Amino acid sequence: MDNEVLLQLNNISVVYSDVIQVLKGVSLAVEKGRIVSLLGSNGAGKTSTLKAVSGLLKPENGRVTEGTILYGGQPVQNESPETITRKGIIQVLEGRQPFKYLTVEENLRVGTATRPVGPYRKDLDMVYAYFPALLTRRKSLAGYCSGGELQMVVIGRALMAHPSLLLLDEPSLGLAPLVVKEIFTIIRRINEEQGTTILLVEQNARMALSIAHYGYVMENGKIVMEGPAAELAENPDVKEFYLGMGAEGMVRSYRDVKSYKRRKRWL
Amino acid sequence: MDFFLHLLVNGLSVGFLYGLSALGFVMIFKSSSVLNFAHGELLAMGAFLFLALVTWAELPIALAFLLTLAGCFFLGFVIERLFLRPLIGEPLIFVIMLTVGLASMFKGLLLFIWGGNLRTYPDFLPEWMGLTWGTISVPPVYTAVLAVGTVFLILFGLFFKFSSQGIYMRSVADNQRAALSLGVHVKRVFALSWAIAALVAGMSGIVLGVINGINVHDLSAIGLKVFPVVILGGLDSIGGAILGGIIIGLLETFTGGYLSPSLRDVVPYIALVVILMVKPYGLFGLKEIERV
Repeated sequence: MDNEVLLQLNNISVVYSDVIQVLKGVSLAVEKGRIVSLLGSNGAGKTSTLKAVSGLLKPENGRVTEGTILYGGQPVQNESPETITRKGIIQVLEGRQPFKYLTVEENLRVGTATRPVGPYRKDLDMVYAYFPALLTRRKSLAGYCSGGELQMVVIGRALMAHPSLLLLDEPSLGLAPLVVKEIFTIIRRINEEQGTTILLVEQNARMALSIAHYGYVMENGKIVMEGPAAELAENPDVKEFYLGMGAEGMVRSYRDVKSYKRRKRWL
Repeated sequence: MDFFLHLLVNGLSVGFLYGLSALGFVMIFKSSSVLNFAHGELLAMGAFLFLALVTWAELPIALAFLLTLAGCFFLGFVIERLFLRPLIGEPLIFVIMLTVGLASMFKGLLLFIWGGNLRTYPDFLPEWMGLTWGTISVPPVYTAVLAVGTVFLILFGLFFKFSSQGIYMRSVADNQRAALSLGVHVKRVFALSWAIAALVAGMSGIVLGVINGINVHDLSAIGLKVFPVVILGGLDSIGGAILGGIIIGLLETFTGGYLSPSLRDVVPYIALVVILMVKPYGLFGLKEIERV
């Protein structure tokens, strides 16, 4: 950890509707210019962590009750999404969420909302250079695009805002393996060429760890493991639970018992 | 035949005017899903503001017209700011009830100042604006409606299709969460749609005032007529509002001309019930794009 830290979460707790606690003291750090991935099963609190950073908890009646979120050294917890996006943090929502009745190009133009005045032509060209597939589809309604194209639209839309920190929530969701590979290659290129720092939430741990520099594993609203991506990918627990490589040659029922015990130990 | 053509021209102009009145209603519904029951009162506010500027302040017509539009724009903005913004995030039914309250409030205010009698604007439209083809004559005010209305529609079309602000407004109507995640100022979009809605309503109010005379009760009743228009056209379609308006306008004038003048005001609501039974999303309502 020798780089400058761009985003720092210190022991944050998130509560929805004043009663449902989903994060119980999450701490993590994202260094500038890196790709950091956040792994975990469904309901572990990955999406809530991202929303805590981007301010999108608020419309869902959620709140950061404890801890601080520092972005470039400044506290940003519980700020409104309008403020946070203008500081350069853009979240790409889970499940793609295009503007269905706008054309692809209009979708991209919404990405300029944080800086409504000024030219956007060059940014459009930049997005089309990353996603050439969108160029041919630019006049068609986003609602009629394929899943892969939509994922490109929503990532492209976020790029239009010139984010310093891009929060990606499950870009691989429901896409064919080849498309996933393509998207991840582009994410890596964006990070390298634009210098955009990326916090990546994924279920597809293999893919995520292949492009990330550092990784965190979440379970039940807590960080249970962290380390450089390459080390995490070699970790036997991660291998077994998230990469689907069970300890070989063992009896199935025995392995199930063992997994259960090992999971318990983490908590 | 002449009678038919006369009714046709009449119906088209009245219908176009209904469509314009409904436009603001559709805009508010599209951006924030709020049914605005105070729409008729917004029409009346515009009509009376113009009356005040023309008769009390004795401003030239063109200046009074522009000032009224600006005043209505500002009024819409203030309504959103004062009454609707505190209710963001509350159940929609509260917001809709609030617009019912606003309606009574504005109506009360106008009655308090001007009373319930019929008033008229001084004659200001020049004779040359009236058109005559053979035996059919179009009164100047209808020509004015068509001209002003068309200009408005084109301007709005361009605004929503090409300007950044217009695209942000459409994005909020489309997917509010996604718009928020990209930093679109959703509250500002709501305020702007109220402001534009009030502006269009004010303009329609003036024209209605020129045609029928200005009376609080009549004008706010037009607000109710917006419902058959928008439900016919589709609640969230701007083009649908105009076409729905024209259809209702024609229906009204033809019923009035051929059947009975007393049926005239009932027909739109009969149409409303029929449409709801056979085509609940209206002629042009948004069909949900479903990806399978």
